[in-house]
Amino acid sequence: MSLYARRLFVNRCNLLVSLMAMLFGLFWLGWILLTLFDSGLKALSLDLFLQMTPPPGSAGGLLNAIAGSLFMAAAGTLIGTPVGIMAGIYLAEYGARGWLAPVTRFINDILLSAPSIVIGLFIYEIYVVHTRHFSAWAGTMALALIVIPVVVRTTENMLRLVPDSLREAAAALGAPQWKMITLVTVRAAKAGIITGILLAIARISGETAPLLFTALNNQFWSFNMNAPMANLPVVIFQFAMSPYENWQHLAWAGALLITMGVLVLNILARVFFRNRTPTY
Amino acid sequence: MSAAALQPAEQAITQKIKVRNLDFFYGGFHALKNINLEIPAGRVTSFIGPSGCGKSTLLRTFNRMYALYPKQVAKGEILIDGEDILAPGQDLNRLRAKIGMVFQKPTPFPMSIHDNIAFGVRLYENLSSRDMDERVEWALRKAALWDEVKDKLKQSGNSLSGGQQQRLCIARGIAVKPEVLLLDEPASALDPISTGRIEELVHELKSDYTIVIVTHNMQQAARVSDYTAYMYLGEMIEFGVTDEVFIKPKKKETEDYITGRFG
Repeated sequence: MSLYARRLFVNRCNLLVSLMAMLFGLFWLGWILLTLFDSGLKALSLDLFLQMTPPPGSAGGLLNAIAGSLFMAAAGTLIGTPVGIMAGIYLAEYGARGWLAPVTRFINDILLSAPSIVIGLFIYEIYVVHTRHFSAWAGTMALALIVIPVVVRTTENMLRLVPDSLREAAAALGAPQWKMITLVTVRAAKAGIITGILLAIARISGETAPLLFTALNNQFWSFNMNAPMANLPVVIFQFAMSPYENWQHLAWAGALLITMGVLVLNILARVFFRNRTPTY
Repeated sequence: MSAAALQPAEQAITQKIKVRNLDFFYGGFHALKNINLEIPAGRVTSFIGPSGCGKSTLLRTFNRMYALYPKQVAKGEILIDGEDILAPGQDLNRLRAKIGMVFQKPTPFPMSIHDNIAFGVRLYENLSSRDMDERVEWALRKAALWDEVKDKLKQSGNSLSGGQQQRLCIARGIAVKPEVLLLDEPASALDPISTGRIEELVHELKSDYTIVIVTHNMQQAARVSDYTAYMYLGEMIEFGVTDEVFIKPKKKETEDYITGRFG
């Protein structure tokens, strides 16, 4: 076999293997989505958005769980995002000197890859155990702890993509560092930072483990931050495991809602990032 | 070489920047070696030399741009109007507001054309919006850009062409009315027409500013500058009136570089 023919052969083999790997992955993803839509669409109805989670055997919806999920995700994002953005700015803009930034970055990476159940247990241990009851505050804290490392990482990465020449140009005009950061570099990285926030929201909207130990669940309509609060992931967990058929249907509907929500967030993030990123 | 040899011939001119025994280090790398130089006020001075000779490094010491980076250190004295800017306790932001700089690649800020110009002005002056508009127009006219952008001041600075962006950066630099203008290969990323525009601009601006320009292009140095410094491997080889440096250089190394035998 000539060298050229051999190279052609190796090329085809590689192409075939990678194609099969992709199809293998897509197959499972497709199957999951198909099952989800098949079972979820059947359970989808207007009542989902109008009624509370029902007792076994009777009709109901997911209103309190949807509202609770939105509420806690929003609260967790509101608390986690400013902390994350500021820490990210510190790492990217002020972290060139000294030991604090590398250490922070390392710890952030650990937090980023920590299993979310550990975060749930942590909040349980430091908050729930002391207050002696599950609460929406605890759930919000756990979600905020998941948001922070994601936002820190994306903010830092996006700021690092801003070329130093832009920083030098601002400094050359006599701009103090904080003005350079707020008016120039953060502005240049804005699209990327917002994308990171959207992805963080997508990440926490499906988290079950950290809420199981913190917000738990609530059958009723409640916005009391010091009481347990209903949320989709825990409702899905509880209802899907139950022997009651109407609960199982609701679990499927909830799973579909979350998936669609995360999908929309991901698409938004992509569109936003593509349209708003300036090129250098 | 003695400091006297580096004095430009004309005596009536005052010196804006005086560099005394300047050494510069990138970490362990000794990039500038005992530089002595006097840059005349109200004239154009160009730095030429092969890549890596230290001409941009030298330029970046005049507004202490290198101080943004932790491992870069300058030793010696740089006197601007008699004041040593390397002395501890210098207010870098005030210093840089007095010394404009334009970079090799255009660096428009992610904001409108108007705000690009207003950015630097707002840092140190409190102008009414009418005065600000006037200042923006003045700067854009000076940079020969006004006619091209007067109808789209609200558009992003990124929407301009490369040559226009570079003139926007020059306008931004002169809007704060600096005393010195540092140009770091301002035309190297531009086409010949834009380059011509920038060179004309340098000619027009030199009556009001002390201009220092780093360039790769010897013809450009010959065209735009009154004084020329030739640098090689971090040393100042020759400095003098441009015509003399180009027509009858005192040093063999300068002659070799200028005649293209090396570099």
